[in-house]
Amino acid sequence: MKLRLALSCIALSSYSLLTSAGPLEQQLAAYATEAKTANPAFAGFSAARGEQLYITRFGLGKPDTPACTTCHGNDPRTSGETLTGKHIDPVALSVSPGRYADSAKVEKWFRRNCNEVLGRECTPLEKGDWLAFVGSR
Amino acid sequence: MKFPTRPVVLGLLALGFSALILSRAQAGGGHYYPPVADSVVKEECGSCHLAFPPSMLPASSWKRMMGELDNHFGDDASVDPEVARKITAYLVANAGDTGGQRYGGKLLRGVDPATAPQRITTLPKWVREHREVQDWEWRHKDVRSKANCTACHADAELGYYED
Repeated sequence: MKLRLALSCIALSSYSLLTSAGPLEQQLAAYATEAKTANPAFAGFSAARGEQLYITRFGLGKPDTPACTTCHGNDPRTSGETLTGKHIDPVALSVSPGRYADSAKVEKWFRRNCNEVLGRECTPLEKGDWLAFVGSR
Repeated sequence: MKFPTRPVVLGLLALGFSALILSRAQAGGGHYYPPVADSVVKEECGSCHLAFPPSMLPASSWKRMMGELDNHFGDDASVDPEVARKITAYLVANAGDTGGQRYGGKLLRGVDPATAPQRITTLPKWVREHREVQDWEWRHKDVRSKANCTACHADAELGYYED
């Protein structure tokens, strides 16, 4: 009985966490504003485009890391591994809730990883698409 | 009553011997390097690779490394200046020729701090300790990088680097 009560409390609080405008939603809104400024025809982020970004072998950055999947793995719901053998939590929000809760951290990794895979920083549109993709998984 | 000399002496010997073994085990027989204890350092230095113990390099090495993070062995590992200052302070305070001398002293023997070596894997003692590792072992899919200590040293995260 106590356990059931505790479980429903946890379920309720996580539900409210998911539905409130958390840091991820705020960050997406900021990217959307930037994307709109860059291109007035911007009509929202796309998880499909984000997936394309995730699986494409660009090979434009470091030779070791041609694609996101090099380290993060083909399935966004399973964990990845860096070239030095370090475990990386799955990128899919459904299995790694809270992964995108710190916007400075998200920006830091976009900067590093886009440079390593694409040889340049990602655009706000690409960042938003990517987040839409992992948010949908 | 006669004093039981033999049992007492034997007992003391056994005690002394196990104390010796225990102290060696605790110090890892010279293969123990205290892991990073600071949470910021652990997070920032340990997300791409094992957060290497500060005692494995001299303070000069850490200072130089922290000043070149935008090209960290070919990767952009830059962090914001305030975080960088904190990390540098921790690494310098616990380096192998400062606070961590007790642990890193042997590894850094014959290393001139003025040269500020950047790769732990080029330190003379590191090279000597790994001379028997074959090329194919380094290329093994579970190893790949000499920075992947945990591939062979299962307890590296805890600071133990025995064979």
